[in-house]
Amino acid sequence: MGCELRNRVEAVEPYRIDAQGMHHRQLNETIRAALSAGYREIILDNVNGQRYIGAGISTPAYIEINGVPGNDLAVFMNGPTIRVHGNGQDGIANTMNSGTVIVDGSAGDVLGYGMRGGRLFVRGDVGYRVGIHMKEYREQVPVLVVGGRAGAFCGEYMAGGVLVVLGLDRLPGQPLTGDYLATGMHGGVIYLRGRVAEHLLGKEVQMFDLNDQDWKLLGGLLDEFGNYFGVDAAELKKDQYTKLLPVSHRPYGRLYVS
Amino acid sequence: MRSLLPPEYIVRIDQDRCRRCGRCVRNCGFGALSFEHSFWHRAKELFQGSTEDLQKVIAHVEEYVPDRVVADNRKCVQCHYCVTHCPEGAINIEPNPLAYKANHYWLPHYQKNIVKQAESGGMILTGSGNDKPYFSYFDHLVLDACQVTNPSIDPLREPMELRTYLGSRPKALEIEQDSDGEPVLKTKLTPQVKLEIPIVFAAMSYGAISLNAQKALAMAAKECGVLMNTGEGGMHRDLYPYADHIIGQVASGRFGVNPEYLERAAMLEIKIGQGAKPGIGGHLPGEKVDEEVSRTRMIPVGSDALSPAPHHDIYSIEDLAQLISALKEATAYTKPVGVKIAAVHNVAAIASGIARAGADVIYIDGFRGGTGATPMIIRDHVGIPIELALAAVDDRLRQEGIRNQVSLIAAGGIRHSGDVAKAIALGADAVAIGTAALIAMGCHVCQQCFSGNCSWGIATQRPELTRHLNPEEAGQRLANLLRGWALELKEILGSLGINAIESLRGSRLRLRGVGLSEQDLEILGVKPAGR
Ligand code: SF4
Ligand code: SF4
Repeated sequence: MGCELRNRVEAVEPYRIDAQGMHHRQLNETIRAALSAGYREIILDNVNGQRYIGAGISTPAYIEINGVPGNDLAVFMNGPTIRVHGNGQDGIANTMNSGTVIVDGSAGDVLGYGMRGGRLFVRGDVGYRVGIHMKEYREQVPVLVVGGRAGAFCGEYMAGGVLVVLGLDRLPGQPLTGDYLATGMHGGVIYLRGRVAEHLLGKEVQMFDLNDQDWKLLGGLLDEFGNYFGVDAAELKKDQYTKLLPVSHRPYGRLYVS
Repeated sequence: MRSLLPPEYIVRIDQDRCRRCGRCVRNCGFGALSFEHSFWHRAKELFQGSTEDLQKVIAHVEEYVPDRVVADNRKCVQCHYCVTHCPEGAINIEPNPLAYKANHYWLPHYQKNIVKQAESGGMILTGSGNDKPYFSYFDHLVLDACQVTNPSIDPLREPMELRTYLGSRPKALEIEQDSDGEPVLKTKLTPQVKLEIPIVFAAMSYGAISLNAQKALAMAAKECGVLMNTGEGGMHRDLYPYADHIIGQVASGRFGVNPEYLERAAMLEIKIGQGAKPGIGGHLPGEKVDEEVSRTRMIPVGSDALSPAPHHDIYSIEDLAQLISALKEATAYTKPVGVKIAAVHNVAAIASGIARAGADVIYIDGFRGGTGATPMIIRDHVGIPIELALAAVDDRLRQEGIRNQVSLIAAGGIRHSGDVAKAIALGADAVAIGTAALIAMGCHVCQQCFSGNCSWGIATQRPELTRHLNPEEAGQRLANLLRGWALELKEILGSLGINAIESLRGSRLRLRGVGLSEQDLEILGVKPAGR
């Protein structure tokens, strides 16, 4: 399925960078240089915590990362596809505009902060405050899919976009998310595989059943998830899902007097 | 609940002068003025042709009221738009002397707020800056001048340099020789932005203020070679031609922030705090998010724009360093990245951390700084004066040997060029002005910016009101103000016997304190007058 992704960008030979011992500034400069030289496929080996990979890049490109990229992967990114063969750290897809990030392993806190477009797929678990303040505008609708569990404050302040938590590979008794789920949410939609205990929810949202339109959207995302990670999407679709919606998109009205 | 609030103001219309043109009625953003319709209007409504109708009409003759302008005093906020624009000078607005019984402790202001809260159970919202009678350090600092022993300079005849660069400076310059033996600079300089006058316009977002007001600021910034600041509302496409003179703000809501925005701006600023509301987030109510604001902020029409109190990717100096680096990486290290904070108790230590986090500019906003909307209790009781904060930060950065790493912008209550000169002598590289700029555009500091009803067309998105502000004219007023202040700054430099603003920067020896305590003087690093 990697090949399918590669075909999306112009076929030129890939540019390989050994990131071993490289400072992030040097690594990112090399990536920018490769892109301006016309390379559209870049493979980074031995990545070990270098930050800001893909920062603000607006050139269409496919970047494959072998190793663990550091914080703020794909921050302000606009278009490229990044595939991480490994775990990710904090702040992936921070204020991302468009593009796709696929993480084979687990990832850290504050993923997709202020993300306004593009897609982030994480196969494993994610940390706190994931999807915080995601927002959409017209055709730009950010999508964040978590294969495993999410920590507390998931979807906090969410103003738009689609957030999915599948909770795969959970140990018995482990909750799908931490508490304060969707607190302050005032736009967008969250899909959960299964249900969460009522007390985990922020006071601004309620649980709903899925309608046909939801299934169309979620079904497509599950197929995509299955494709990326070799998971049987048909199996996933057999499960029960819950939808979280804000009850008002003005959670903070009526607080003030003038 | 029935309101027990007395009107704060009484609007008096001189009916002899008024020629009933209706301008005031149409223009008041707060709907305080209306026409009382005459007998003839009522009569026309009542008379449908029958004799019975005629009876009704006659009954109304007794209540005959001439066509005239009447005011709903409760709605008046004393923004003076009508007073300024009445062609006959027929309007006068006075404080209501009988609103509250005089009391030196329970001032009307406190009584009023208690009644409001008793009626609503809400937080008191306000706009503009802290108006409470706190001590002003600027008013207790005076500048030096040359007499006899060193000559002053006449700025009308001799060149005076106000040009200022914002950005990080290297500790030292390394020079090497090229093959021809010519000296070339070896040190790689970090990006700088140029100001022809050491003044920038404070951040005011599209949404908080109108596009016309933003355009006026942008035009003036371009004309005067200074900078305006988008605030956190994104950059409207009409401002693109001025982008070289625009600071692009990145705030916790990340509204309008995308790679294009980062690319366009001349400089970037991470907004952590604001003097009028330290530690408080922002909230643009859905009513103000119309089609254009929605496009610029990139959020749906009518949805609330919430800026969280903190950036949720910044919980430490290390995290701040990360966002600074991310912005620099995203713009390939081509522009300075600043950080704006409110002046709070530990501002010196915080600023040191920000400098070490890699910021090129630190913007410190004192407790007199303005805002579009904030709870009044925060505006009036949180934060410290800019004079003290600035002196403390400049001291600390010098002590640590990192003053060169950052430029300092001081803001929060700069009212005239004297304040500018004093701030620069205390250690600022430049100052920012917000309220002063609004006043130049017409604002009468009525503090109702949060209401969206600004009659002056500044803090509103209502098209019938934004029309009141002509961007070209307002831009010219702003440019005139800056020109006036620049001339005055040159006079001040001349009288100090120096010919460049650089020579005044951090030169606290040229300041003296009048009526300040020993401790104040120590913090400000200035001597008392007479010493
Ligand atoms: S603007 Fe002046 S003259 Fe015109 S209606 Fe109002 S008070 Fe009368
Ligand atoms: S901007 Fe308008 S609403 Fe705000 S203080 Fe000035 S005149 Fe009043």
